[in-house]
Amino acid sequence: MLLWVKSTPDSTMGTDLTVAVLSGKGGTGKTLVSVNLAAVAQKATYVDCDVEEPNGHLFFKPTILSSRVVTVPKPVVDQSLCDGCRICTEACAFNALALIGKQLLVFNEVCHSCGLCTTLCPKKALTEVEQPLGVVRQGRHGTVSFEDGILDIGQSEAVPLIKALLKKKHKDLVVIDSPPGSGCLVTEAILGADYCLLVAEPTRFGAHNLAMVHELVQILGKPCAVLLNKNEESASNPSKEYALAHNLSIAGTLPYDPKLAALASEGLIASEELGHYHAYFSNLLETIRKEAADASDPHTQR
Amino acid sequence: MIIAIPAEANSLDSATCVSFGRAPYYCLYNTETESSTFMTNLAADSAGGAGIQAAQDLVDQSIGTLITFRLGENAAKVLQAAEIAILKALNLSVADNISALQEGKLAPLGEVHPGFHHGH
Amino acid sequence: MHQILILSGKGGTGKTTVASAFIHLSQAKAYADCDVDAPNLHLVMGNYETEGKQDYMGLRKASIDSEKCIGCDACRQVCRFDAIEAEPHYHVVNIACEGCRACAYACPQDAISFVDAKVGDLRLLERGDEHFSTATLIMGSGTTGKLVNQVKNQLKKAADPNEVAILDGSPGIGCPVIASLSGVDLALMVAEPSVSGIADLKRVIASARQLQVPVAVIVNKYDMHEQKSAEIEVFCFKEGIPFLGKIPYDREAVRALNQGLTLDQISSNGSEAVKSIYYRTLHLARETMKG
Repeated sequence: MLLWVKSTPDSTMGTDLTVAVLSGKGGTGKTLVSVNLAAVAQKATYVDCDVEEPNGHLFFKPTILSSRVVTVPKPVVDQSLCDGCRICTEACAFNALALIGKQLLVFNEVCHSCGLCTTLCPKKALTEVEQPLGVVRQGRHGTVSFEDGILDIGQSEAVPLIKALLKKKHKDLVVIDSPPGSGCLVTEAILGADYCLLVAEPTRFGAHNLAMVHELVQILGKPCAVLLNKNEESASNPSKEYALAHNLSIAGTLPYDPKLAALASEGLIASEELGHYHAYFSNLLETIRKEAADASDPHTQR
Repeated sequence: MIIAIPAEANSLDSATCVSFGRAPYYCLYNTETESSTFMTNLAADSAGGAGIQAAQDLVDQSIGTLITFRLGENAAKVLQAAEIAILKALNLSVADNISALQEGKLAPLGEVHPGFHHGH
Repeated sequence: MHQILILSGKGGTGKTTVASAFIHLSQAKAYADCDVDAPNLHLVMGNYETEGKQDYMGLRKASIDSEKCIGCDACRQVCRFDAIEAEPHYHVVNIACEGCRACAYACPQDAISFVDAKVGDLRLLERGDEHFSTATLIMGSGTTGKLVNQVKNQLKKAADPNEVAILDGSPGIGCPVIASLSGVDLALMVAEPSVSGIADLKRVIASARQLQVPVAVIVNKYDMHEQKSAEIEVFCFKEGIPFLGKIPYDREAVRALNQGLTLDQISSNGSEAVKSIYYRTLHLARETMKG
């Protein structure tokens, strides 16, 4: 009996759940939604995977508890051993090596760290050395455990940094703020998610970008729903029309509100400032929990 | 000496191509024999590192001078390692850029682009 | 083919809104969408009579011949991208494969080959004597300047050499932008009055100047921050860059676009502004084509 009482869940607590928040393009309100979802939960981890332009920290202003440099292996040449055989330059699929006279040049920014050149070198002139790619940070803001990754300027291979961020398994609620777009970075960020929330603007362009991310999450077989942001009752909403036509569940509608935009531009968390936004995001979180539970229950699966 | 110029087409009256790594052709002009040949740029089709590969191919042709509008950082490193002179192209045809070089009208290429290699 | 390119640096500044209005106003017979990552121009251009499609190939990806495979696991161990799975039989996860070929070198059975992977479609849409060149990428694939080159080349082949083509450019300042700037007579920058908008504007102008492409600037949604808008005007004046006008924030514009109309087709403040900008742009482009 006692056990039963103890395990009675709080409405926002419950089973472990990883929600990825994404949008087809930048500027739709993805970070605003992720930050507020994490902020209203009893216990949550917010992970900012937009490592090229991380903005979550501007809202949470977290106390940073730890920070770790993420490295990737890159080939380094011992010119005294290299005999200029060109096996490596010809094998590299990314053109990351060039041989000029007797000098072998390595281009780290183009290198994908596949390790092939080092394996193939008959003279053992290439060795892999770990080199910094960026940092991942861990911090705290009230009940929210905060994590983000910051890619070093000039680096273009962000995938290993996202992998490092998502390696650690978290409990309770995890909110992933994904990178914009529908490319390989997004795929990496949402691979481990149980549920995807797609944030869309009420324009034809917004609906088109929504269709692109929707296709991506379907390919990955993730249950998902859309949040219609900046909605105006009096006007048509092509993103809503898309959702209705494609059997895409609508998790919520966030009306256009200049006050919300103003809070966001000052880096304030709406659900901490205004009671009705706290209620709004708590409801949204509950809807997501319910939909995610239904999706993982084999009896209710479509 | 061999002069290389990225070209839009394989003829001397073609426009000088504004892209280095993704130019369809390079004109190779030999100042001693006063003859020109055109080389198809095989690197143009690579998904990433086109500039590096193209620079390597030109170095392998033993060029001494390159005339170009712009150059990525990586391609510049390759060409500099091979001690190749890099001059800034004028908005002219391939042939006119060669004449401009011979008349001493071309200045060294000042700035080099930071890399643009989001390679997928 | 003459080319007027619409660019922005930053995404979401209204590049496509301006480009589509220009195409409609000029009754352009040739135009292209160079924003191949998220092409949007076709959404406001209506229907076409014919569509030509061509496969666009990206990096070659690994493929395992299961008849030759002996399940030694060498490929899976060497792969740094977790792109090889052993169950139910050894196979490649296409979305994860980066095409490095390490697995093929490791395979003792020569069971791994590299095959062309289609990553998108190059599309040529036509109605009457109008040609519209664009492309779509398959999910999860990024783009390179190569695809933008192909979009432009396709248009060049199809269009009359004397035609003035309108090009909707790519965002950012990377390789696709350099490719879209190539051979352009005038690049019109659509700037946004914000700190990041100004920073991006300056970088994209620097790229255009390096390629000796003449540039001009307009500000969209100038009344969102009039002080920043004025800052852009001052910057242009100091740099000697023609400033061709500013467009107010216009709710009607969203409505028009959602109905498939270009901004010049409705009557609003934004529409009037884009029309006068169009005539100034055309006037300036004629000058740069002469020179």
